[in-house]
Amino acid sequence: MRVSMDLELKDIPGQLVLALKPVSEFKGNLISVVHHHEKKTPRGKIPVHLVFEIKPDHLDNIISLLEESGISVVSVDEKRYLEHGAVILIGHIVHTDIKDTIDKVDNTGYAEIVDLNLSMPRVNRPSSASLKIDAVSKQHMSAAIELLKSIAKEKDLLVIEPIGIN
Amino acid sequence: MKTIRASIIGFGAVGRGVAQVLLDKNDYLQSIGIDMRIVAIADSKTALVDHQGVDLESALSRKKETGTVGSEIMSGTEIIRTLDHELVIETTPTDIDTGGVGLINMMAAFERCMDVVTSNKGPLALKYGEVIAAAKKSGSHCRFEATVGGAMPVINLACDVLAGNRMISMEGIFNGTCNYILSRMMEEQAPYEQMLAEAQELGIAEKDPTYDVEGIDTASKLVIVANSIFGMNASYRDVTVTGITRITPEALSLANADGFAIKLIGEVNDSRINVAPKLVPLSHPLAVGGTLNVFSVQTDLAGPITITGKGAGSIETASAILSDIINIYKN
Ligand SMILES: NC(=O)c1ccc[n+]([C@@H]2O[C@H](COP(=O)([O-])OP(=O)(O)OC[C@H]3O[C@@H](n4cnc5c(N)ncnc54)[C@H](OP(=O)(O)O)[C@@H]3O)[C@@H](O)[C@H]2O)c1
Repeated sequence: MRVSMDLELKDIPGQLVLALKPVSEFKGNLISVVHHHEKKTPRGKIPVHLVFEIKPDHLDNIISLLEESGISVVSVDEKRYLEHGAVILIGHIVHTDIKDTIDKVDNTGYAEIVDLNLSMPRVNRPSSASLKIDAVSKQHMSAAIELLKSIAKEKDLLVIEPIGIN
Repeated sequence: MKTIRASIIGFGAVGRGVAQVLLDKNDYLQSIGIDMRIVAIADSKTALVDHQGVDLESALSRKKETGTVGSEIMSGTEIIRTLDHELVIETTPTDIDTGGVGLINMMAAFERCMDVVTSNKGPLALKYGEVIAAAKKSGSHCRFEATVGGAMPVINLACDVLAGNRMISMEGIFNGTCNYILSRMMEEQAPYEQMLAEAQELGIAEKDPTYDVEGIDTASKLVIVANSIFGMNASYRDVTVTGITRITPEALSLANADGFAIKLIGEVNDSRINVAPKLVPLSHPLAVGGTLNVFSVQTDLAGPITITGKGAGSIETASAILSDIINIYKN
């Protein structure tokens, strides 16, 4: 399960390490840490945004551990992906190992191909596919599309991305 | 009243459109103090010269009937170099590899301190800096609204109407031929080749459609936009370009099912100049069909502004040329 969590840390050294410890203790896979040092809260605390993968039954343990160490857990969001996007691929999509194309995106940990619609008109003619991509954030979505474009370049596929991605 | 002696170099769709528009708008031009006198017209083989002002109507009918505009054997470049006049209306074919005769003509005009209004993209997409520097050096005006969006005001909108705004980015459809082909492929669920043939039949695509369908035409326009509006020093070779030839009807259907159209989109921002087919939400202002062109510019003060219009056509392009002429001489 992917968890996105907002924490508030005291403005003293060592707090970030303290906040990350429970996640690694329960074998969580940390995906992103954004430390908003410049955006102190009115109480003088520092907001931190974590995204990590974790076995669902460990989440409560992590939250208790964090609270025990004096870190405020402001919000926990289990929604995996906040950004939904679509691209179209054209070319010899199947023959250039479609599984590998999908795996490469899925293995990033920050984006996943969640739907694929393939249209193959005739043998030897290029096929077309629409892919739905979910990603953790807008930036991750554009990183995923950039990754797809670089894979597509190697495999001589055309990627058609939505306007307004960069 | 100010008399402006001008030549029309290139008497094809656009050059003839200019002649027609000057005929139609003569009274209006007079009313704002501009007396346009065309002293020479050149096509690829012949020329028509009259210091008192050529008769535009008979020039148009002669070109239509005989295929040549005049009986004199004098090149456009010679006209510019030898005949006294103030303005060169340059409408020869675009050559994106060398700048072609258009580049020679424009430079020749600036050497003699003449003003230039042009629809020819080649010289500006290739050597914008040099052309503008030459114009500046001789104190000549150089205006080129018609090079970018046909009837759509792009350059003059950004530089005059929105003066004071900083342009952050621009994206849009700058090629009516590609827009037509993609729109029709979607409507008919037909392959690219078939809709290209239809467009050629209707005179929307050229016999050799490479410039349009490979995105070269859009790229040239973007370079002109990048240089004149975004203050870049870009050349045609700085643009990353993907055309529409690989688009399939299946891709268009799949996109449509997800709520998107596929359009050949040109974009300019601080970091890049790019032409590629993109997914455009069906309800988005850029999702215009047929041969229409459209663009959105992001500005710091006015926010986003979107303009749609005809990107090509004889009279439509002449409209942009006329507005440039008026802009130069109205005061
Ligand atoms: N058509 C549009 O809607 C449109 C829109 C925006 C910009 N433009 C640009 O405007 C320019 C003109 O387009 P167009 O559609 O009018 O092209 P066109 O119909 O092909 O006409 C070109 C004209 O230039 C003449 N010409 C060719 N070489 C010449 C030379 N060396 N010296 C003098 N004249 C020469 C041709 O002579 P002949 O008649 O003897 O062949 C013809 O009259 C192009 O640069 C084009 O990219 C066109």
